[in-house]
Amino acid sequence: MTAQLAPTVVSRGTGLLYRANPVTLVVGAIVLSVPLFLTVDWVSALVALVLEVLLFVAAGVPLGQLVRRSWPLAIGAPLAALSMVLYGKPEGREYFAFWLAHITDGSIALAIAIAIRVFAIGIPAILMFSTIDPTDFADSLAQLVRLPSNFVLGTLAGTRLVSLFLDDWRTMAMSRRARGIADHAAPRRFAMMAFAVLVLAIRRGSKLATAMEARGFGAPTQRTWARQVSLTWVDAVLFVACLLIVAAATWAAVAAGTYRPVWSG
Amino acid sequence: MRPAAVEAFDWGWRYAGRLRWAIRGLTLAIEPGQRVLLVGPSGGGKSTLLQAIAGVNTGSEDGDAEGALRLDGQLPNAGRGRVGLVLQDPDSQVILGRVGDDVAFGCENLGVPRAEIWPRVVASLDAVGLDVPLAHPTAQLSGGQKQRLALAGVLAMQPGLVLLDEPTANLDPAGVIEVRDSVARAIGRTGATLIVVEHRVSVWADLVDRIVVLDREGAVIADGEPVDVLSQHRDRLLDDGIWVPDAPLPASLELGPVPAATGAVLAASDLTVGRTRGNPVQTALTFELGQGTSTVLTGPNGSGKTTLALTLGGLLPPLEGTVIASEGLRAGLAAEPHRWRSKELLTRIGTVLQEPEHQFVASTVADEVAIGLRALRLSAGEVAERVESALVRLRLDALARANPYTLSGGEQRRLTVASVLVTRPSLVILDEPTFGQDRVTWLELVTMLRELTTEGITLLSVSHDETYAQVLGDHRIELAPAPAGWVS
Repeated sequence: MTAQLAPTVVSRGTGLLYRANPVTLVVGAIVLSVPLFLTVDWVSALVALVLEVLLFVAAGVPLGQLVRRSWPLAIGAPLAALSMVLYGKPEGREYFAFWLAHITDGSIALAIAIAIRVFAIGIPAILMFSTIDPTDFADSLAQLVRLPSNFVLGTLAGTRLVSLFLDDWRTMAMSRRARGIADHAAPRRFAMMAFAVLVLAIRRGSKLATAMEARGFGAPTQRTWARQVSLTWVDAVLFVACLLIVAAATWAAVAAGTYRPVWSG
Repeated sequence: MRPAAVEAFDWGWRYAGRLRWAIRGLTLAIEPGQRVLLVGPSGGGKSTLLQAIAGVNTGSEDGDAEGALRLDGQLPNAGRGRVGLVLQDPDSQVILGRVGDDVAFGCENLGVPRAEIWPRVVASLDAVGLDVPLAHPTAQLSGGQKQRLALAGVLAMQPGLVLLDEPTANLDPAGVIEVRDSVARAIGRTGATLIVVEHRVSVWADLVDRIVVLDREGAVIADGEPVDVLSQHRDRLLDDGIWVPDAPLPASLELGPVPAATGAVLAASDLTVGRTRGNPVQTALTFELGQGTSTVLTGPNGSGKTTLALTLGGLLPPLEGTVIASEGLRAGLAAEPHRWRSKELLTRIGTVLQEPEHQFVASTVADEVAIGLRALRLSAGEVAERVESALVRLRLDALARANPYTLSGGEQRRLTVASVLVTRPSLVILDEPTFGQDRVTWLELVTMLRELTTEGITLLSVSHDETYAQVLGDHRIELAPAPAGWVS
């Protein structure tokens, strides 16, 4: 066996999306969403959504998977749209009114724009964040963003304990039932359990700190990194693609005359 | 790599805020390349010594030192990376999410150049025989594999001294052998100095060339070749709870004729168990627990022993089939224990789970034992009386006001047993009650459990401990490995 077996990044796909640096994905998701938060028209949302889907399919996410992963949005979008239909700013012809609720031309247009927007902001967020591996993200935060390595590694090691807490919770709930103290009303039981899990979490944390210290963590020596993290052309391509998408979406909305920044009322 | 030397001159350590010295008056010299087994009574400061040699938890805010402790003639914390420490609990030593990264972690901290790290990682994993891909998730390793991973992480730092603090106490027999063999191979390759702390002498006796016996204060009372020490100090070692190889059990514990059951207390029929719906680990189980008998449940890791025990104890609902309590056990309630209220379980079925720390709910030992009694709304006098007698019976009376978390592992386990027995359940279920126990505690616990069955109480124990099964296995249930693809 030789050193070339050393993994660089754990790959869950071969597309661009899976080869990009996690920091690029986070920045990309922010670039895509901020301009869409600033306007509430349907043209920019639709243009962004279509271009995003094209980008993700080109970057290696099969269309079927993209649709499957987006299911939470299929619930969120109609809910957001419904509230807009009923309570959006009344404008134009009114079809229905009851107390504070008015369904008008304006509120229907707003509802459609909002529903599309939920998808246009949600899809990149879901796909990009779910692609990020915590270890790779930590490597990148320490080496590219230059966050302090003790902070990043401590947090990374701590996140691993979260999965243990879920098991702890279940086991402690059973233990409390066996001990005759699980008949209390749910809120009180929850509070007692939460405190006990917290105590256990602190104990686990201090054991982990000892194990890390025993492996030289926190030593004054300059730390090295087993994996070099660097940005590649993949990151550049993804970043530019995200910029182009928001530029195109904004330009289309302005050209169509529908651009309506949130501050314009 | 150069093997390290350790020297202690009248050394002692006292934790901050404690009156008693954890260890005191230790004078000992360990030559480079020696392999030493360090034994002594529980709570005798052996772990404290290992941590001090490793230079962890030894700041002035952690406690006070006296005398001198030297690693290669220097203060221990001056030589980071010279010492590798493997601790008892497999779960708290995994640091990162992937096997390769976890092994590389120590090298990175020591500033080893990148080009050198991966060859070291690969060689260390090979030395401990952990044959999984570098990107393998550490969460999917077994307990034995996690301990080997911790050892690999230590070896990658190329330490001159490897310290093992009860590395197999939480493992099943297969895991114990796995880890022991890995240590033998790795130390054989590197020639590093080795110090192991363990109660189970037979596991390590063949691998070490020296045994050092400490007394409760930390002074050396025997030191020499394993064969000599074990034969010359046999009685002293047995008194201190050391598992001396081939020591027979007291005659009182010989398994007599199986007590005649006066009927079934609990009956499982066509039972399927699992933690969550859709994830069965065992199916079609049909058996009975006879009143006043002791049953030992065995089977390989992941075969669902704990899940079955929790289901029988009314803590998990059966996925299919039934668990039926006898008329006598249910005493007017529904037939199935999982339908009973929490308080109703107390006098009927008592369950002691595997991890003591999952069970503690009070801030003192006495309150911990009283929890169930208070839930039963017994009078204050009755509670005090029962708590007192339970604490005396399990030798915890001197610790009545201590915080449960500050007890040693053996004491914690005794406390969980006392807390369950105190409400006098008719059926007692215990999950691995003897993990990591020294021999003295083990004998006390087993003797007490045997007495319970003569009082008519029914026992069910999940155990990997073959000696335990010999003594308490009136009946044995052996679970087959869960079919492939079933996750426990």
